[in-house]
Amino acid sequence: MNNSLLEKKPATYLPKRQGGVKAGRTVSPRVLKPATGGFAGGAVKEHVAPVVTAEPGVTAALATASEPAAPVKMSVRDLNLYYRDFQALKGINLEFPQNQVTALIGPSGCGKSTLLKSLNRMNDLVAGCRVEGEIILDGQDAYRDVDVNSLRRRVGMVFQQPNPFPMSVYDNVAFGPRTHGVKKRADLDDIVEQSLRDAAIWDELKDRLKKNALGLSGGQQQRLCIARALAVRPEVLLMDEATSALDPLSTAKIEDLVGELKRKYTVVMVTHNMLQALRVSDQTAFFLLGEMVEAGSTDDIFTNPRDSRTADYVAGRFG
Amino acid sequence: MSSSHLKERAAQVLFGIAAGASVLAVVLICVFLFANGLPAMAQIGLPEFLFGTTWRPANDIYGIFPMIVGSVYVTAGAILVGVPTGLLTALYLSRFASGRVAAVLKPGVELLAGIPSVVYGFFGLVVMVPFIRDTMPGRGLSLLAAAVLLGIMILPTVITVARSALDAVPKKYYEGALALGADHERSVFRVVVPAATSGIVAGVVLGVGRAIGETMAVIMVAGNQPIIPDSIFDGVRTMTANIVLEMGYAADLHRGALVATGVVLFVFILLITALLNAIKKRGEVAS
Repeated sequence: MNNSLLEKKPATYLPKRQGGVKAGRTVSPRVLKPATGGFAGGAVKEHVAPVVTAEPGVTAALATASEPAAPVKMSVRDLNLYYRDFQALKGINLEFPQNQVTALIGPSGCGKSTLLKSLNRMNDLVAGCRVEGEIILDGQDAYRDVDVNSLRRRVGMVFQQPNPFPMSVYDNVAFGPRTHGVKKRADLDDIVEQSLRDAAIWDELKDRLKKNALGLSGGQQQRLCIARALAVRPEVLLMDEATSALDPLSTAKIEDLVGELKRKYTVVMVTHNMLQALRVSDQTAFFLLGEMVEAGSTDDIFTNPRDSRTADYVAGRFG
Repeated sequence: MSSSHLKERAAQVLFGIAAGASVLAVVLICVFLFANGLPAMAQIGLPEFLFGTTWRPANDIYGIFPMIVGSVYVTAGAILVGVPTGLLTALYLSRFASGRVAAVLKPGVELLAGIPSVVYGFFGLVVMVPFIRDTMPGRGLSLLAAAVLLGIMILPTVITVARSALDAVPKKYYEGALALGADHERSVFRVVVPAATSGIVAGVVLGVGRAIGETMAVIMVAGNQPIIPDSIFDGVRTMTANIVLEMGYAADLHRGALVATGVVLFVFILLITALLNAIKKRGEVAS
């Protein structure tokens, strides 16, 4: 069963990931794989960096001394989050390695979206929301050391429902850069084009830049939203069930895109689609009732989970 | 089955009658206005009536151009005073005010809508007119007084409609802007406000409709000379004021000319309503 699932990965996916490590960035070991792209039974992906930490301070690198791990871009330490009296997250410890895709999975109400929204402090908008513990971005405390607006610039977000602003495609993408002080038309033109290219939607939209974004299809809107998020040059990209409102074809496009995006960005995605987590993520963390049950490489979580609840969930026995 | 069918039928008829009543009222008013106004217009001559600058019923000279200008000036003044104030208030109530402040302001605004216009007029006459007379040229009874007073009177309309338009902007736009690192002010002014444009404009247009039709308060503070004003400190007579002031003693062609003034006013209101519908339709297309 697992094998057949694994082989559903797009064939183009593997080479991209292997060749995608940018010069100058921390290099991950290039594990040679059969050119067929098929994964042998327990074959693992190139970075085995279990993101679970037994206690704060123990880094992923220590846990897998045999292989160099990607540096940690963002981490969550002893995070407790309350909505008034209700504790939505209980003692979460998790690390998000740079240039990797981390998937947060779990049944509805398990706290995965809550965790995602606390990474860029969108939870601040919720009345009665209280956060304990630390969220660290490049060694800085996201709640104390970083101004909330610059945090949100560095940690971009794509929402569940595509939410392009009711203005032109161009103005949508240019909104972020304009907010952060880019004024020259030529610079904006460049950013808009590059962002739309990065979101793999330039070819579809280059002749419709002046059209209202609300006239686009749902899948196009969502990719526009990704472009809009990329236009502020974020470091981390959060995706909150970004494909759940889309048709399968658009979903596939966005999944392919995520595989591309991690070359430049660290991606954290919430998904209730386990196959999606399996297809696109390097790390997976499983949540249940506000607790993080287990986290590790996606292959481990799906093929060799340590916790029986994880095994039950990924096997589709509940949730 | 048949009894429920009967009930449905009865309800349908009842609703039909209720809806028909308001339509019938509009139709009857139309018929009355045009039947009484058009002959007078024809007798005076349409260009002389609309563009004649002299209104002297004693000599059978009926040019309502000063009143048309008066209505336009007073309404424009009311827009200048009331629209910016109203929009900023709506924005404040919708996006900036804390719960406690809004809890005080909102009933206040609603109360403003409930004050009878004669009370507004009284306020204008007792407070504003003397103030203008003492501090500025002219006799106080002026275009300025009428415009400011009307500006205050259209506030509740503008505030209420604009605020509900702002409140109706989906949260996802605001959150999307915040998530890009925009602060609260920028998110509100650059994303939420543009998204609410059609509703905001609708509020302004409704306010204009209210201003152009207002009568009592204007009569009390505007001076009512049927002359095109040279400055904002001169008196001014609106179309509505023209009708009310002279209807009591008018007869024959004079009376017809006043009804014809009502026709012109009616056409103005029709245009405003059409504009409003066009804006609403555009807003629906955009969202």
